[in-house]
Amino acid sequence: MTDINTEWQPKIITFLCTWCSYAGADLAGVSRYQYPPNIRVIKVPCSGRMSPNLILNALKGGADGVLVSGCHPGDCHYISGNYFARRRFGLLGNLLEFIGLEKDRVQFTWVSAAEGEQFADVISQVTESVRKLGPATRLVKNIPAEINVERACANE
Amino acid sequence: MKGSVLIIGGSIAGVQAALDLADSGFYVHLVEMTSGIGGAMSQLDKTFPTNDCSACILSPKLVECGRHLNINLLTLSELEEINGEPGNFKVKVRQHPRYVDPTKCISCGECAAKCPKKVDDLFNLDMNKRKAIYLKYPQTVPLKYAIDPQHCIWLNKPGKCGACAKVCPADAINFDDTESIHELEVGAVLMSPGFRPYNPEKLDFTGYGRLKNVVTSMEFERLLSPSGPCTGHMERPSDGKEPTRVAWLQCVGSRDENRSCNSYCSSVCCMYAIKQAVIAKEHAASDLAASIYYMDMRTHGKGFEAYFERAKDQGVQFRRSRVHSITPLAEDNLQVQYADEEGTLQRDEVDLVVLSVGMEMTTKSQELAHLLDVELNENNFIKTDPFNPVATSRPGIFVCGAVSEPKDIPQSVVEASAAALEIEKMLSDSRWQETQEAQFPAERNVFAEAPKIGVFVCSCGINIAGVVDVKDVTEYSAQLPDVVFSQNNLFSCSQDTIDQMAKTIQEQGLNRVVVASCTPRTHESLFQETLRDAGLNKYLFEMANIRDQDSWVHQNDPEAATLKAKDLVRMAVARVRGANALPYNQVAVTKAALVIGGGMAGMTSALALANQGFPVTLVEKADKLGGNANRLFHTWQGIEVRQQLEKTISKVFYHDNIELKLGTTVEKATGSVGKFTTTLSDGAKLEHGTTLMAVGGKPLIPTGDHQYLYGSNKQVKTLLEVDEMLLTDINMGSIKQAVFIHCVGSRIPEQPYCSRVCCTHAIEQAVHLKKLNPEMDIFMLYRDIRTYGQREAVYKEARSLGILFIRYDLDNLPQVNEEDGQLQVLVQDHVLLRQVKFNPDLLVLATAVVAHPETKDLAKVYKCPINQEGFLLEAHMKLRPVDFATDGVYLAGLCHYPKPLEESIAQAQAAASRASLILARDMVPAESITAEVDPRKCVGCGMCTKLCPYNATTLDLDTMVASVETSLCKGCGACVAGCRSDAIILKNIANEHLMAAVDAALMEM
Repeated sequence: MTDINTEWQPKIITFLCTWCSYAGADLAGVSRYQYPPNIRVIKVPCSGRMSPNLILNALKGGADGVLVSGCHPGDCHYISGNYFARRRFGLLGNLLEFIGLEKDRVQFTWVSAAEGEQFADVISQVTESVRKLGPATRLVKNIPAEINVERACANE
Repeated sequence: MKGSVLIIGGSIAGVQAALDLADSGFYVHLVEMTSGIGGAMSQLDKTFPTNDCSACILSPKLVECGRHLNINLLTLSELEEINGEPGNFKVKVRQHPRYVDPTKCISCGECAAKCPKKVDDLFNLDMNKRKAIYLKYPQTVPLKYAIDPQHCIWLNKPGKCGACAKVCPADAINFDDTESIHELEVGAVLMSPGFRPYNPEKLDFTGYGRLKNVVTSMEFERLLSPSGPCTGHMERPSDGKEPTRVAWLQCVGSRDENRSCNSYCSSVCCMYAIKQAVIAKEHAASDLAASIYYMDMRTHGKGFEAYFERAKDQGVQFRRSRVHSITPLAEDNLQVQYADEEGTLQRDEVDLVVLSVGMEMTTKSQELAHLLDVELNENNFIKTDPFNPVATSRPGIFVCGAVSEPKDIPQSVVEASAAALEIEKMLSDSRWQETQEAQFPAERNVFAEAPKIGVFVCSCGINIAGVVDVKDVTEYSAQLPDVVFSQNNLFSCSQDTIDQMAKTIQEQGLNRVVVASCTPRTHESLFQETLRDAGLNKYLFEMANIRDQDSWVHQNDPEAATLKAKDLVRMAVARVRGANALPYNQVAVTKAALVIGGGMAGMTSALALANQGFPVTLVEKADKLGGNANRLFHTWQGIEVRQQLEKTISKVFYHDNIELKLGTTVEKATGSVGKFTTTLSDGAKLEHGTTLMAVGGKPLIPTGDHQYLYGSNKQVKTLLEVDEMLLTDINMGSIKQAVFIHCVGSRIPEQPYCSRVCCTHAIEQAVHLKKLNPEMDIFMLYRDIRTYGQREAVYKEARSLGILFIRYDLDNLPQVNEEDGQLQVLVQDHVLLRQVKFNPDLLVLATAVVAHPETKDLAKVYKCPINQEGFLLEAHMKLRPVDFATDGVYLAGLCHYPKPLEESIAQAQAAASRASLILARDMVPAESITAEVDPRKCVGCGMCTKLCPYNATTLDLDTMVASVETSLCKGCGACVAGCRSDAIILKNIANEHLMAAVDAALMEM
C-alpha cells in the first residue's frame, strides 16, 4: 500500500494500560472528541508491563514516536505498576537523550478512564510535537523486524 | 424456602448486594426505578479520599451486574405488592414500558441525534438538555436507550414524529410497548433505594432558586464532571464564566431542625466539600480561592483527617462561622454574610456558592417502607438495630445504604455485603437451587495446528461503516497471513451474528479469532464466550477497536480511518497468531474459615459463617472472648452492651461449627485463596479456604503533652475506665463536677487521624452522668464535635441537659495541674476570650483508638498491607472495604480503623459475606494470564520478588531460581518488564506478542 496523503505522516506507537488510559481513549470515542489518526494503540495490562526494549524495538522498526500512558499516580489497578513505569521511563528518557534522540519522540503521560477529552488533547499534542521533529532516522534499521518474510524481502 | 432475592434500588449498595448474593448461589431480581442502575454514585465526579474517578470505579461493577447470569435486571420498575412470609414472599413488580427493545438496541445514538424534542436532563439535575429518547448516562447499565413517555411527540400524538423509529438501524423502537407485571417468588427482600439530596429551595437565606450562581453540591459534582453539562470546564450557571472565588456552605439541610427539619448530621458533606474544593482548585486555570463555611469539620473516616490537612496546605480556607445570608452583587457575583468566631459580621464576595446539601429519605422510599410495612425512625430513615444494622423491623426484609442513615460509599458497600450475608444465612438451605451455571462444550486442542485465523469486521450499523470502508477492510484482512476467513457483519454483537459466528468457527475449523468492532472493555467477554460455545479456548481471541478508537474519533477523515482500521486488524492478527490456549486456572476450596480475633467483630464473623454450615476456627490471643466490648457500657443509643455481648459469647462457645482457641496466636501461613495452611502458637496446623482478620485495636495510653496527669491522679480516667465503673455500679452520682477532654492522642501530628468514636462516646457518657445526677456540672473540652449521622441526637440532648461545650485548639491545650491535692483544669474559652478554671472531681480523657503493634506482624503473615498508622489497608477504600488485594483474606473491626460497635458488626457481617463467596464454591477461578519463569534464563537476581505487588514471585535461595505462584499472580507484568535476563514472560502478553503487534503496526502506514 502506498501513501494516501502526499504529506508525510508520523507513525506513533501508543501503549495504553487497560484500566485507565485505554478506557480514557474509549471515552474520547464515545464523546466524539476528534484527534489526528497517527497513533496505533497497543493495549497492555499496566504501564508497569512496559519493558524499555518494547519502546526501543518500536523506534528500531521505524516509529517516529512512542507514547506510553498509564493510570494517574495512586490510581494503578495493580497497586504500584505506574510508579515502576515512571522510574523506568525517567531512566530510558535520559538514555535516549544521551544517544541523541529528540526528547519528544518518546513521551509518557497519565490519562484516567474519565479523561476522554484529555486523551484527545494528549494525542493532538504528541502528534504535533512528533510531526515537528520530522521522520525518525537515528535508530531505524533498514530492514524492519520481520513478521512477514515476504514483505521484508519486498522492501529490500 | 426460596433461593431467590428481591433487591429494590440499583444504588451502589444494591448492586454490591446483588453481586454478593448472585455469586454465592442465589438468584437476584434487581428492581430499579429509572432506566439504568448506578444510583447517586454515578453522578459524582470524584470520590474522597482517593480522588478516584467515580464512574471509572463504578462501571465495572455495573457491567458485571448487567451481564450476570443470575441477576435479573428490572429497570423502570417498582414494587407493587408483597405477601407471604420470610423465606416465601410473593411479590408483584410493575415494569413501565421502555419503548425501545433492549435486545435490539445497539446504543448507537442515532435516535437521540434525530429526536427533535429537547427536555431537561435529570441526570445533570436539569442543567442541560437531553432528548425525549435518551441514555441515562454514558456508562449506564443496561446501555440501552429509553423513551420518555411524558415528552415523546409520537407517544403523545401518535403519527406525528417517529423520527427515532425511522433512523434506528436496528429496528429497536417499539411505540406499542406496554407495561408488564412480574409476579415473583422470593425468599427475602432487600431495600437499597438510596437517598435524595436535600432541596434547599425552602431555605431563603441561601438564595437558591433565586440566585443563579447558588448551586447544590450535587449540581457542582456535575459541573466538575467531564461527562457533565459543561464537559468538566467548571462554568458558573449565570454567564458560563469560570469562577475564581467559590464558597461552600456546610450543613444545608443537616443539623438544622428549625429551618430544614433535619436535626441529624449527613455525615458525608464535610468530606465532599473538601474534595470539591480541592478538585475545583485543580480544575481552575488560574488560582481559585476556595472557602468552606462550617460549624464543625467532620472528617472522621479513614484517611479523611489527612485529606483535610492536605486541603489546608493547598490553600483551601476553612471559616468556622454561621452564614447569615447570600445576597446578589454586581456582575452576578454573590456576597456571603456571616458571623465569624468572635461573632463579628463579615462579608466575602464570591463568584459561585455551593450548598453542601444533606441526605434525605425520598418520598418514594417512604412509600416503599409503608408498602413493605417496615418501621421508620424519628429522622424518617429505616429503623435498624445496632446489633443487627441491616435488619428492619420486619423479618425477612433487610436494608442497606443511605436509606437507613446518611452514610458514605464504603459504609454503604459494607452494609450491602452485610445484608447479603444475613440473607445467605436465612436462605442457606436453598443455595444454588435457582441459579444457573454457564455451560460450555469440551474444548478443541489446537496446540499442534497451524494458525487458522478468522476475522469478523463489524459495521456497527453506520457507526463504523459510516466512516470506515468496512468492505475494503474485510477484503484486506483476507490477505493477511494465516487468515482463512473474513466476513463483514452489520452488528457483530447481535444474537444472530453471535450464533452464526460460533457456527463459522466450527465449520471453518478456525483456531484463532479477531473481531474488529468496538472496545474489548465492553464486548470482549461476550465474544470470548462465543469462542467457548464453539469449543475454542477463550484466550485465542483478539479485538481490533475500530469504533471507539477509530471511526468515532476520525469522523472527518474516512481515508485515514480506513487505513487505521486495516492497521489495527493487522496488529490484532499478528498478536493473536502467537496466542496460546490458557488454562482456566482454578483452586479447590477448603471449606473452612479461620477467624483471627475474638472481639465483637471476630465473633460476629465466626457465627455468621458457622450458621451457614462452614466449620470455623476462632483464634483469640487473650484468655476470654469479647475484646474491647467487655469494657463498653452503652451504645450511643443508650442500649446496654453487656447483655448482647454475653449472648454472643455463649452462642460462640456452644456452636458445633466453631472451634475456639483461646490464648492462641498465629505463627505463620502459606497458600492462597481457597487453600491456606496456618500454623498456630499451640502447634496446630489448620487448613482453611479463607482468613478473616478481626484483631481489634486498643485505647491509647496518654503520654507527654496529652497525659493530663493520667496515671498519677486517680481522678483522671479514660472513657473505657469510666464505662467499667458504670458497669460495676460504682456510685458516680456523687460527682459534683466532671470535665471531659476530647481528642486525647487523636488529630495531633504524632497521631494525625481522628478516632471516630470518642466524641459520641464521651457525650453519651456525659449525658448518662448528667442523668444520674442532674446537679452535676459537666464541661466538654473539644476541638470539633463529630457526632456524625444520627449520633447528632446525643450532642443535641447533651446541650439541652445543660452540658457545656468549650472549644480548645492545638496551640492552646487545656492545662491540668494538681493544687493542694485538688485537680485543676485551665482552658482558654473561645467565646469569653479568657481563661476558665475548673476544679473537677472527675476528669475523663477521650483517648484515641490505636492499632495493636502485633497487627503488623500478622499482616506480613498473610501478605496484607498496613497503613502508616498501623491499621490494615483494604483493597480499595471505596468499593472493597473488607477485602484485601490478596484474595481470600478479609478484615473487620478496629484493626481496619476506629469505629463504633454497630459499624464493627456490619463490617464483620460483610467480611463473612465475602468469605462465603469463596466457601460456597468447590472451586474458585484464578487469573489465567499469569507470569511464568524460564528457569534456564533466570539468574536469580531477585528483582521480580521486589517488583511484584502481590508477593507472587519467590526466589529459591538454594537453586537461585525465581518462580511464580500462579494463584497469587494477577498478570500485571511488572516482573516481566523488570527482569534483566528476559526470563519471565506474561502468558499471551509476552514480549513476542507485543513486538509482533509493534512490527505489524509499522509495516504499512
